[in-house]
Amino acid sequence: MNTAALLDYDEAIERFDPVLGLEVHVELGTATKMFCPCPTEFGAPPNTQVCPVCLALPGAMPTINRTAVEYAIRIGLALNCTIAPWCQFARKNYFYPDMPKNFQTSQYDDPIASNGYLDVQVDGETVRVEIERAHMEEDTGKSTHVGGATGRIHGAEFSLLDYNRAGVPLVEIVTKPIVGTKASAPQVARAYVTALRDLLKSLDVSDVRMDQGSLRCDANVSLTPAGNPVFGTRTETKNVNSLRSVERAIRYEITRQAAVLLDGGRITQETRHFDEASGTTSSGRSKETAEDYRYFPEPDLVPVAPDADWVEQIRAALPELPWLRRDRLQAEWGFTDLEMRDLVAADAVGLLAATVDAGAPAAAARSWWTSYLGQQANAQGIGLDELAITPAQLAAVIGKVTAGELTTKMAQRVVDGVLAGEGEPDEVIAARGLVVVNDDSALQKAVDEALAAQPAVADKIRSGKVQAAGAIVGAVMKATKGQADAARVRELVLATVGGPEAG
Amino acid sequence: MSADLTRQTAATLADMIASGEVSSREVTQAHLDRIAAVDGSVHAFLHVSGELALAQADAVDRAIAAGDGPGAGAGVGAAGAPLSPLAGVPLALKDIVVQRGVPTTAGSKILEGWRPPYDATVTTRLLDAGVVILGKTNLDEFAMGSSTENSAYGPTRNPWDLSRIPGGSGGGSAAALAAFEAPLAIGTDTGGSIRQPAAVTGTVGTKPTYGGVSRYGVIALASSLDQVGPCARTVLDTALLHEVIAGHDPRDSTSIPSPVPSVVQAVRRGQTDGIAGLRVGVVKQLRGEGYQPGVLASFDAAVATLTAAGAEIVEVDCPHFQYALAAYYLILPSECSSNLARFDAMRYGLRVGDNGIASAEEVMSKTRGQGFGAEVKRRIILGTYALSAGYFDAYYGSAQKVRTLIRRDFENAFQSADVLISPSSPVTAFPIGEKVNDPMAMYLNDLATIPGSLAGIPAMSVPSGIATDTGLPVGLQIMGPALGEEQIYRVAAAFESAYLAEHSALVPDRAPELEVVAK
Repeated sequence: MNTAALLDYDEAIERFDPVLGLEVHVELGTATKMFCPCPTEFGAPPNTQVCPVCLALPGAMPTINRTAVEYAIRIGLALNCTIAPWCQFARKNYFYPDMPKNFQTSQYDDPIASNGYLDVQVDGETVRVEIERAHMEEDTGKSTHVGGATGRIHGAEFSLLDYNRAGVPLVEIVTKPIVGTKASAPQVARAYVTALRDLLKSLDVSDVRMDQGSLRCDANVSLTPAGNPVFGTRTETKNVNSLRSVERAIRYEITRQAAVLLDGGRITQETRHFDEASGTTSSGRSKETAEDYRYFPEPDLVPVAPDADWVEQIRAALPELPWLRRDRLQAEWGFTDLEMRDLVAADAVGLLAATVDAGAPAAAARSWWTSYLGQQANAQGIGLDELAITPAQLAAVIGKVTAGELTTKMAQRVVDGVLAGEGEPDEVIAARGLVVVNDDSALQKAVDEALAAQPAVADKIRSGKVQAAGAIVGAVMKATKGQADAARVRELVLATVGGPEAG
Repeated sequence: MSADLTRQTAATLADMIASGEVSSREVTQAHLDRIAAVDGSVHAFLHVSGELALAQADAVDRAIAAGDGPGAGAGVGAAGAPLSPLAGVPLALKDIVVQRGVPTTAGSKILEGWRPPYDATVTTRLLDAGVVILGKTNLDEFAMGSSTENSAYGPTRNPWDLSRIPGGSGGGSAAALAAFEAPLAIGTDTGGSIRQPAAVTGTVGTKPTYGGVSRYGVIALASSLDQVGPCARTVLDTALLHEVIAGHDPRDSTSIPSPVPSVVQAVRRGQTDGIAGLRVGVVKQLRGEGYQPGVLASFDAAVATLTAAGAEIVEVDCPHFQYALAAYYLILPSECSSNLARFDAMRYGLRVGDNGIASAEEVMSKTRGQGFGAEVKRRIILGTYALSAGYFDAYYGSAQKVRTLIRRDFENAFQSADVLISPSSPVTAFPIGEKVNDPMAMYLNDLATIPGSLAGIPAMSVPSGIATDTGLPVGLQIMGPALGEEQIYRVAAAFESAYLAEHSALVPDRAPELEVVAK
């Protein structure tokens, strides 16, 4: 399907500087829509959350949702933006069946928030992403194209329209051009969207579910010959529905555009569509004949003029922001910068905090999330937060290890069981018969047998080569199917051979 | 009996109904009979809600019979509350205001057969006040026009001369009043659609201060200009209706959060105390060139009447009014090109070319191509152009600046005058067909009314008399500062009283008898 020639990524970066611009749409978690009192709940039967206003029946008029304005201000403040003392809505005019009024009520010249920044961490470096603006607007309805192979409108037999989403409040956050990131451009983009997502979550303004579309990212990419200050023609890639996709889509566009440019071609200004399965982008709407949206101030709404006291109240009530929380947690947990960075990179800070809150020691929790569970998530190709184990369940397992009821190996089997949907840790332990052998007489018997089976090793230990005890411990563990406490076995081995340590 | 009831004022009918002298059903039936008798020639109504109207009338009658009062009943206010001053009186509703379940077309083919699932705030207020809605009146398509000739359902005829236009866009409402088919009507006014029809039919109509009456449920033409208003044959009836429909509505963000003006009291004051000492400004720019001699003569007579009533006449200069028409014809098309985008065949109304193969875009284009009339298309094209990238500042932007200058002209004028007056329309009713192919000539009908619309101030038209050159009614426009409704009603009432004293009959009662024909 996609035959685009690609240039090797390193070569592309050597020849060109990527310039990024990210537009993130966040659906606000208000109970009602932007301009009418309809509920915003996700997943209701089609066209059940509609009224004359959001269906654009003749005569219906919008009114502004004050909570949505408050959320937008909260977002603006957290992004270090200036909050406009006066702003207004505008109409963005274009025809599309899932947009009932055939104009989107948005903000144009006068956004509610502008000129801010978000600092993000990439490989231990802080990168400041500058924010151009954050403005309020409404979502469109949803078109489902039926028939045809791709689920896109071309080739479809008919389309179904669901207006439940029409009028759901959105805030669009637009960066200034992100320049000078070179090879790390895709990671910077991912780190930015990740940081933004964490921020929005902590602000409690959205459920920020990329999979459900409540956080959507459009990635603008252009290339400019290395050292050239003039930006190249950009493409805008849509349908980028996960953090990983942000990185992949941008990386792909860099290699694709570099190949086109090196081949003497030119980049078409267009919307491109990211395909999750193939990891490629394909041409969508051409923007060569730039759509004229005929913006003008929305005459059905009075301007929004948030008074300074209200803005200050909102500022004062901002929750602890993620980066400050991260610093506090690092201090509380006593982690090194490197350890903390790995946690952030693994998107595990929240999971770790929850595990610690559930009673687990921070170091043990970190080790579980970054190594064993990290491997499981990797193997399944999913994020840590998508693993079928809760921080509370993990904390329970860790507690049993600390109490000596489980060995580390056994604990991993318990976790495997939980991940496999076998129930709570206690149920897995019972079902799999995972009980630590604490009975010294049973262990002593196994130790004696192992020493008898390997007299040469026993002699070595006796002669002072204590590290040789490992072989006997291993044999005992094998004999007890891993259910013994290895430390206790080691003590018994040394005591039995009567080596120096036992003396 | 029936004929008598249709000649009464709304105020009289309300008193008769409240006292039990007649029932609302009798009054309603009399008007339905009148509609049946004359609307075949007038064509004021697009839809007559006979059964629904009688059911509303019965509800009012039951409330009165129940002895609650002047008390309560279905849609007549809370138990124990005083009966609304217009309870049981019939009204004609312009077919651009939605009423649940009743066909609403806005005069366009594109909405043919659509029945709104909700009530406009104005409709709710009328029903809550026990006002009986007889039906929906004709208008220029989406209120674009000054003659009702742009209605997709054929023109309305002026009861004074059936070969002539009744004004527009609210020609249906004005003609229904002039033909005694209803004592009350609702209009909407964007650039003169209440005042100009009132002028050419010899009736009364008010465009309130922008935001004075809720626009929720009123199909939008130009959102920053549209205003709903009351129409009747007397100033008092107009004031009574004004108080029913006015007031803040949280569902219209542009509605003004201030109390309903006491216009009924202002009318009584004008009738009894007169207007001695009140400063009445004559706008220099709204007379002279372009105005019919008979209109100017009637206006001069009105000035004399006001002077005799004790008003102090001053001349005021509004130099920017000369740009008003140009600015209006940029702002209105711009807003309407966007407001009318929703008529796309997807959710309601007409759908053309949906053969299962055509794309949504093709169906939209065909539907809009066939569903909209020529004037609507003309304005959509004008507006689309004016808002285009690269033209916005020159057109829409400049027009908004002109609007500010016109607002300042008014502010200055109201420094030296309490109200301003002018002819409401430069000409009396013209023959059907005369200007239909000359948009510029048609647009000039609103020369006197457009400045007030751009400034958002209240303005009304009352009959100033009958033109000596055409024998047709002439309207006097009275304009006040924002929220100055009480002043304009006071002047209108004083003028009406003086006119009655002088001529022994009000203008509407001097209209020729209509021939009664079966519809």
